[in-house]
Amino acid sequence: MSSDRIAPPKKKWSWRSQAFRALVYQIVAVAVIALLVLYLASNTATNMRARGIQSGFDFLGGAAGFDIGESLFAFDSGEPYWRAYLVGMTNTLRVAVVGIVLTTLLGTLIGVGRFSRNALVRGLCLCYVEFFRNIPVLLQLLMWYLFFTEVLPISTEAWRFGPFFLSKGGLNFPIPVWAPGQVTAAWGLVVGLVGAWFYRRHAQRRFEATGQPQSTVWAPLALALACGLVGWLIGGAPTELDLPIQGEFAIENGGALTPEFMALLLGLTIYTAAFVAEVVRGGIQSVALGQSEAASALGLNKGQTMRLVMLPQALRVIIPPLTNQFLNLTKNSSLAVAIGYPDVVSIANTAINQTGRAVECIAIIMLVYLSTSLSTSVLMNWYNARAAITER
Amino acid sequence: MSAPIIRFDKVNKWYGDSFHVLRDIDLDIAQGERIVVCGPSGSGKSTLIRCINHLEEHQQGHLTVDGVELTDDVKVIDDVRKKVGMVFQQFNLFPHLTVLENLTLSPTWVGKMPKKEADEKAMEQLARVRIAEQAHKYPLQLSGGQQQRVAIARALCLKPKIMLFDEPTSALDPEMIKEVLDVMIEMANQGITMVCVTHEMGFAKAVADRVIFMDQGQIVEQNNPHDFFNHPQSERSRDFLSKILGH
Amino acid sequence: MTAQIFQAIAPRPAPVRTEGLVAWCKFNLFNSWGTSLATVLVGTALLLAIGRLVQWAVIDAVWVIDYNVCHAASGACWGVVREKFRFILFGRYPFEEHWRALICTVMLLALIVTSCTRACWKTWLAPLWLLVLAAYFMLMRGGVFGLRMVETDLWSGLPLTLLLATLSMAMAFPIALMIALGRRSGMPAIRSLCTVYVELIRGVPLISVLFMASFMFPLLMPQGFNIDVLIRVLAGITLFAAAYMAEVIRGGLQAMPKGQIEAAATLGLSYWQTQRLIVLPQALAMVVPGIMNNFISTFKDTSLVAIVSLYELTGAMGMAMNADANWRPFRIEGYLFIALIYFGFCFSMSRYSQWIEKQVNKSKLR
Repeated sequence: MSSDRIAPPKKKWSWRSQAFRALVYQIVAVAVIALLVLYLASNTATNMRARGIQSGFDFLGGAAGFDIGESLFAFDSGEPYWRAYLVGMTNTLRVAVVGIVLTTLLGTLIGVGRFSRNALVRGLCLCYVEFFRNIPVLLQLLMWYLFFTEVLPISTEAWRFGPFFLSKGGLNFPIPVWAPGQVTAAWGLVVGLVGAWFYRRHAQRRFEATGQPQSTVWAPLALALACGLVGWLIGGAPTELDLPIQGEFAIENGGALTPEFMALLLGLTIYTAAFVAEVVRGGIQSVALGQSEAASALGLNKGQTMRLVMLPQALRVIIPPLTNQFLNLTKNSSLAVAIGYPDVVSIANTAINQTGRAVECIAIIMLVYLSTSLSTSVLMNWYNARAAITER
Repeated sequence: MSAPIIRFDKVNKWYGDSFHVLRDIDLDIAQGERIVVCGPSGSGKSTLIRCINHLEEHQQGHLTVDGVELTDDVKVIDDVRKKVGMVFQQFNLFPHLTVLENLTLSPTWVGKMPKKEADEKAMEQLARVRIAEQAHKYPLQLSGGQQQRVAIARALCLKPKIMLFDEPTSALDPEMIKEVLDVMIEMANQGITMVCVTHEMGFAKAVADRVIFMDQGQIVEQNNPHDFFNHPQSERSRDFLSKILGH
Repeated sequence: MTAQIFQAIAPRPAPVRTEGLVAWCKFNLFNSWGTSLATVLVGTALLLAIGRLVQWAVIDAVWVIDYNVCHAASGACWGVVREKFRFILFGRYPFEEHWRALICTVMLLALIVTSCTRACWKTWLAPLWLLVLAAYFMLMRGGVFGLRMVETDLWSGLPLTLLLATLSMAMAFPIALMIALGRRSGMPAIRSLCTVYVELIRGVPLISVLFMASFMFPLLMPQGFNIDVLIRVLAGITLFAAAYMAEVIRGGLQAMPKGQIEAAATLGLSYWQTQRLIVLPQALAMVVPGIMNNFISTFKDTSLVAIVSLYELTGAMGMAMNADANWRPFRIEGYLFIALIYFGFCFSMSRYSQWIEKQVNKSKLR
C-alpha cells in the first residue's frame, strides 16, 4: 500500500496554466471595454460642451412647458418634467395592464380553438394567427388609428349603442356616480374574498375527509360576490350613472377613452393575442397523448382529465413564454409615439426636443423598461423553480 | 361453463377506410384466465387489447366485457373502465404528482373515497409491488422499472377484474425487466384475469394459460404455451417463433 | 386446447366510409348538435363578412386612376395604388433611377433565397453575401461608372427595408456568435459582460435603441466625425438583433450533448478548433429555424425606422399618401397594399422556417 504523498507544488504564472490564461483574457477584455467606455464618455462630454448642451438630471425639476393629451391625474404645462414622466408612466401602465388581460383572454380562446372539433373554428383560428402575426405591429397600429380617425363619424353624428357613444372623439361610456354605496360594496367584496378563501379551505378538507366532491371554485366566487352585493345594499344601493349625452360639439359627461388609447389597445391586443394563441397551442400539444389516455383508462371524465392532468402540465410549459409575450406587449406600447398617445417614450421624445438632454431622457426610458423586464424575469425564475417537475 | 368475461364476436376494425387492422376476431376469455398475445409488429395486438377498454373503437361486431356490450355510450365506457386496469408501454405516470398522488387520483375523484382511506389502500398496493418507500417521490426521480411497477400499482388501486398490459417491458433496460415480470407473475397467481401483449416468451411459458398469435389483424393460432412453442401448427407461427427464439 | 385450421382472411374495405368529402364534413362540421350549430352560425357570419369584403374590394372597386371616380364610388380605390405604387415602393429615390433600386431589390431577394436553399450551404456563401452587399451599395449610391450619385438619406421604400433587414442580420451574426460563446464560457468576467449586454438590450423596446442610435451616436463620435443616419440606424438594429440572435444560438449550444466536446478534447483539439469543427456546425444547423424567426422579426421591426426619419416601406407609404391631398382619403388602400407585401414576405419565410425545422428534426429522429 502506497503512503500518502503530498500534492506537487502548483506552478503559477505559467502561460501553460489554464487558470492563468483565463485570468489574462478577462483582464484584457475588461480593460478594453473600460478604455472604450472612457473614450466614448470623453467624446460625449466634448461634444456636449461644444454644442452648449448641459448635462445632469436637474432639468427634471423645471417646468415642462407642454400639455399632455390624456392622463389619469391632472397635469398642465406648468408642472415639472418629472410629473410629466409620471403621467407617461401611468399611461404606459394603463394600456399595458388592460392589454395584458385582454390579450390573455383572446389568445387563450384562439389557442384552444385550434383544437376544436369543428373544422371551421379551427380554420378561423389558424387564419387569425397567420394573418396578424405576419404584419408589423406598427402597421397594424396605424391602420387601427386610421379606422378611429377616418371611418368613425364625427362627434355630432356618433354611433350609439344604448348608453355608449362611438365617434372620432373616442368611446364614451357611463360611469357610476361616486357614493358611499360603492365604498361599502368594495369592503363587502374584500370581506367576501377572505370568507371565500376560508370556505375553499374548508371545502377541500371536507372533500378529503368524505370523498364527496365539493365546489371549490363557483361556491367561493358566489360567496365573494354575494358579500359585495350585501355591502352595496347596505350602502344605499346607489344606481346613479353619469351618462354621456350628445353635446353641441362633442359628447359630454360620462367617461371617455380617446381614439389614441383605443387604437393602441386594440392594435396591441390583437397582435399579441396571435402570439399568445401559439404559446397556448404549444403548451397543450406538449402534454403527451399518453397522459390523457392513462387518465381515461383510470376512469376520469373529460373535465377531470383536463383539470387534474392536462392543465397543470400544460401551464408549466405555457407560463414562461406567456410572460415573454406580456413583456413584448409592454415594450410594443412604446410605439404609441407614432399615433400620438402620450406614453413614457412619447413624453421623453418631447422632452429631448425641448431640452436637448438626449442622454438623460433615453436613460430614463431604458430604466423604466429595464426595471419592468428584470422584475418580471425574477418573478418568472422564481415561478419556474417552484413549479418545475421534479426530476432526478 | 360460466360466461366468458371478455367476448369478441366477429369484431372488425379499420383505420381510415382501407387499413383493415382487426379482421373477424372471435375470442372468448374466461374469468381468471391469463392470456398472452404475441405476433409481429403491425399485427393488431395492441389494437385488440385497447378495444377492450374502448381506447380504440371497433366498427363491426360485438365486444362484451363482464356481461356489458361496449358501445359508444359514455356511461357504458366509464363503467367498463372502472373494471379494467391498463398498464402502458410508456408508463404514462403523471409527472407533476407524487407516486402516492398518482395512485390516489382515481379513487378520490372517481371512486369518491375519502383521502385517508385512499392513501391507506394506495400504500397497500405500493407494498405489494415492493416500492412503498418511494411513495413521496416524483415519477421522474425513479428508474424505468420502478416507474412501471408504480403504474401497475396505480391500475390495481381500482380493484379491477381485468388487467391489460400493452408491452409493459418493451421500454425498459434489460436489468429492470425481471423486477416488473416478477410483479406480474405474483399478480397472475392471485386469480385476476390478465391479457398481456408481450415479447417475453419466458413469462408466457411461466404464467399463461393460453397464447394467442396474431398476424395481419387475424388470430392465427391459439394454444397452451407448451403446445404453441413446441408444436406450432401454422406456417406463420413457425416463422415468427424461429425469428424470436432463434437469436 | 387444440388449434383450429388457419385460414387467411383477405382485407376488406370499411363498411362506413370515413374518408372522402362527405365523411370529412360529417366528422368535422356536423358531428354533434353543438358543432352543427357552431358551423351554421360561424359559417353564416363568415359568408356575410367575406361577401361584404369582396363587394368592397373587387365588385365595387375602382381600378382607374381618377380620384373623382374614386370619391363617387363606394368600393375600394385601387387607382391610388396604381398611381402611387412607385412612390410607395421606392420612396424618395430619384424617379429616373428607379431601375437601379429595382435591380438592388431583386439582388437582395435572390441572395436571401439562395441562403435558404440547403444545397447552397457551402463556404462560398459568406463571400457571396459580402459581394452582393457591396454591389448593392455601389449600385444604389452611384457616383461610379457614370451613375448619378444618390445620397443615403434618399434611399427609401422596399430596397431600404430589405437592406436594413439583411445587412443588420449579416452584421449581427458574428457579434451574436461571440456573445453566445462568451455567455457559455467559464470566465466570469466575460460571462457577466455578455449577460449584461443581452439582458440590457432585451429589456428595452427597439424604439429606445433607435432613439439612442439616432440621438446619442453623434455625441459618442469624436468631433467633426459625421455619421450617416443610415449607418446610425443600421448600428441600432444590428445591436438589437444581435442580442436576440445570441439567445437563439446559445439555445443551440446548450442542446449539444456534452459528450461531443469531451470527445473533441480527448482528440487533442483546442477550444477554438472544437468550436469551429465540431460544435458550431451542429449547433448552427439546429438553430436555423430560430434564426429564421429572428429574421422575420427584424424584417417587421424595420418598419419602426420611420420614427427616426428613415423612410423604408411603411414610412414611404405614409409620405406618398400624405403628400397628395387628392388621394389622401384613400390611405386605407395604400396600407392594405403594403400589408400584403409584408404578409407575403413574412408568411413565406415562416412557412420555410417550419419546413426547415421538420427537416432538422427528421435527421434527429432515427
